[in-house]
Amino acid sequence: MNNGIAIRAEQLTKRFGEFTAVDGISFEVKKGEIFGFLGANGAGKTTAMRMLCGLSLPTSGKATVAGFDVYKENEQIKRNIGYMSQKFSLYEDLTIKENIRFYAGIYGKSDSFIKTKTAMLLQHLHLEGEANKLVKSLPLGWKQKLAFSVAIFHEPEIVFLDEPTGGVDPVTRREFWSMIYKAAESGITVFVTTHYMDEAEYCNRVSIMVDGRIDALDTPEQLKKTFGAQSMDEVFLKLARKAVRSAD
Amino acid sequence: MRTLKFLLQKEFRQIFRDPAIIRIIFVMPVIQLMLLPWAADYEIKNIQLSVVDHDHSDYSRQLVSKLTASGYFQLENYTGSFDKAMESVEHERADLILEVPHHFERTLVKENESTLFMAVNAINGVKANLGAAYLRSIIQDFNREVRLEWIQFPRFNPETQIEVTASNWFNPGLNYKYFMVPGILVILVTMVGAFLASLNIVREKEIGTIEQINVTPVKKHHFILGKLIPFWVLGLVILTIGLGLAYAVYGIAPAGSMLVIYGFAAVYLLAVLGLGLLISTYTSNQQQAMLLSFFMMMVFILLSGLYTSIDSMPEWAQYITKINPVTYFIEVMRMVVLKGSGFRDILPHIMIMLGFAAILNTWAVINYKKRS
Repeated sequence: MNNGIAIRAEQLTKRFGEFTAVDGISFEVKKGEIFGFLGANGAGKTTAMRMLCGLSLPTSGKATVAGFDVYKENEQIKRNIGYMSQKFSLYEDLTIKENIRFYAGIYGKSDSFIKTKTAMLLQHLHLEGEANKLVKSLPLGWKQKLAFSVAIFHEPEIVFLDEPTGGVDPVTRREFWSMIYKAAESGITVFVTTHYMDEAEYCNRVSIMVDGRIDALDTPEQLKKTFGAQSMDEVFLKLARKAVRSAD
Repeated sequence: MRTLKFLLQKEFRQIFRDPAIIRIIFVMPVIQLMLLPWAADYEIKNIQLSVVDHDHSDYSRQLVSKLTASGYFQLENYTGSFDKAMESVEHERADLILEVPHHFERTLVKENESTLFMAVNAINGVKANLGAAYLRSIIQDFNREVRLEWIQFPRFNPETQIEVTASNWFNPGLNYKYFMVPGILVILVTMVGAFLASLNIVREKEIGTIEQINVTPVKKHHFILGKLIPFWVLGLVILTIGLGLAYAVYGIAPAGSMLVIYGFAAVYLLAVLGLGLLISTYTSNQQQAMLLSFFMMMVFILLSGLYTSIDSMPEWAQYITKINPVTYFIEVMRMVVLKGSGFRDILPHIMIMLGFAAILNTWAVINYKKRS
C-alpha cells in the first residue's frame, strides 16, 4: 500500500441514465483510519461505496482501493476488502459456525486458520454456546456484531460498513463501535456510513455528501469549528438542508 | 476447487435444512406418479348414454345391453321420447343420445337395412368424438352379428370386405400408463432442474446474500457451478425415485438400459439447469421467477407431446416442440422404456440436448453480472 493511502477517489462519478447519483467526488482515506461517510438518504453514499467495492462500475473518474484500480483490478480489490451491506447478509438457515466457515472458506483461508480464528472469535463474542445455533435465532444486535466479525474475519486491509448499526439498541451500538476501534487498531481501515451523528464523532475524519457531491470533509472537531456548530448533528443539518434532491 | 467445495457444502446444507424442499423432492414425485397416470388416461370411460327406444324390440334391447356391456357406456336413461333424452343432455347428465326408430327390427329383417340416430353432446370434444367412435364400432359389430344370424352367406360375399387386424408393437396392451409414466417423470425432473434452481438463486438476490458473495473473490463460474451441481444431483435423485416407483407401482421396467436413461438425463439436466439459471438472471424476486417458470412449464407440458401427439399439431406448434427440451426427453424416455432403444438410437437427441445446454448456459453466464 503506497504512501499509507487505503482509498483514493478522483472525480468519481456514477450516472443512471439522466440521474447523476454520485457527482465527481474526490477524497483520500488513510490507512488505519476510521472514515465516516455521511449523507442524507439518497445522497449517493451507498452508490459510492458500491463502486469502491467493485459491485458497481463507475461512469467516469478514477479510484484505487488498497492500491488497485476499480476498473481493471476489481478482483484483487475484492480479495483485500470486507463488506457489510445494509441488508443483513449472513445465511439465516446456516449456523454461526457454518457462516463463518463458509465466508472464510471462499476467501481461501486454510482449515487450521478457520478453526483457530473461529474459536477466538466465538469466545470474544461470548457465543461459544451458540456456535451451532442457526443465525436466524439470534437477536438483531448479535447478528450485526457477527456480520461485522465475518466481514473482517479474512483480515482484509479495508472494511466497508454500510449503516451497520441501523435498528440496533444504544448499548449494542456502543459495543459495535468498540469492535470497530479494535479493528482499526489492528490496522484495518474502516469506511463507514451512518445516520447517527454521535457515531460520526467517533470517526477520525468525516465526509458529508449532499446531492451526490462531498460538501465537507474534515475531522469532526474541525468541521464543528468551520460551521460554528456545537455538535456534528448541527453540522449535518446545516449541510443537508441545502439538498434539493428528495430522499429515496 | 477449494472454493467450490465450500460453496457445495453450503448449498447442500441449506437444501437439506429446508423442509419445503425435502417435501418437494420426496413427496411430489410420489404423489404425481401415484395419482396422475390413473387419471390422465386417454381412454374414455363412463360415457353417459341416453337411449330413446321407439321400437322396444328384441334387437333394440340386445343392442343396448351390448353397449352397456362394453364397459365404455353407462345407461343414463332409457326412454321413449327424444325430448326427455335431450333434457338429460341439457342438464349435463348424458353425453350421447342413441335413437332407435319405430320398426327398427322389422325394417332390419325385412329390408336388410335400418337407420339409427346418434346425437352427441360436443361440449367435451374428446369425449364426444371418442364416444361416437366407440358407439359406431359397437353398432357395426352388432350389425355383423345380426347379418350372421339372418343372412345365409352366399358362397362369395357380394361386398368385398377388408378387415384390418392390428397388433400394437412396443406396448401390446395399449397400456396408457406405459405411455404416461415416463412422461410425467420427465416433467418432474424438469421442474426440479429448472425451477428449483432458479428460485434458489433468486432467493439469494432477494435476501441480499448474493451481493455479499459478489464482493468476495468467488469466481462467477464457481458460484454458478456451486448452484448447478446440487440441483443436478437432486434431478437424478428424483429420477431414481421415479423409476423405482414406476417399477414398484406400475411394473414398468425399461426395455432398454438404465444407463441410457441416466446418460441422457445427465445431459438433459445440464440444459434445463441452464434454463433455470437464465430465468434467475432475468428476474429479481421469487414471484417473478415463479410466474415465469409457471408460464414456461405450461408451454413445455402442452407442447411436448406428453398429452397430445406432436404429429397432429399445426405446423407452427410443431416448430415450438422442436425448441422445447422436454419434447426430447419424453421421446427418449418412451423410446428407451418401451422400445429398448440404445445410445446409438438416441444419439441425435443427445447432440441436440448438448446444444441446448451450451446455448442456455452460455447465455445465462453472460447475463449473470457480478458488477452492475
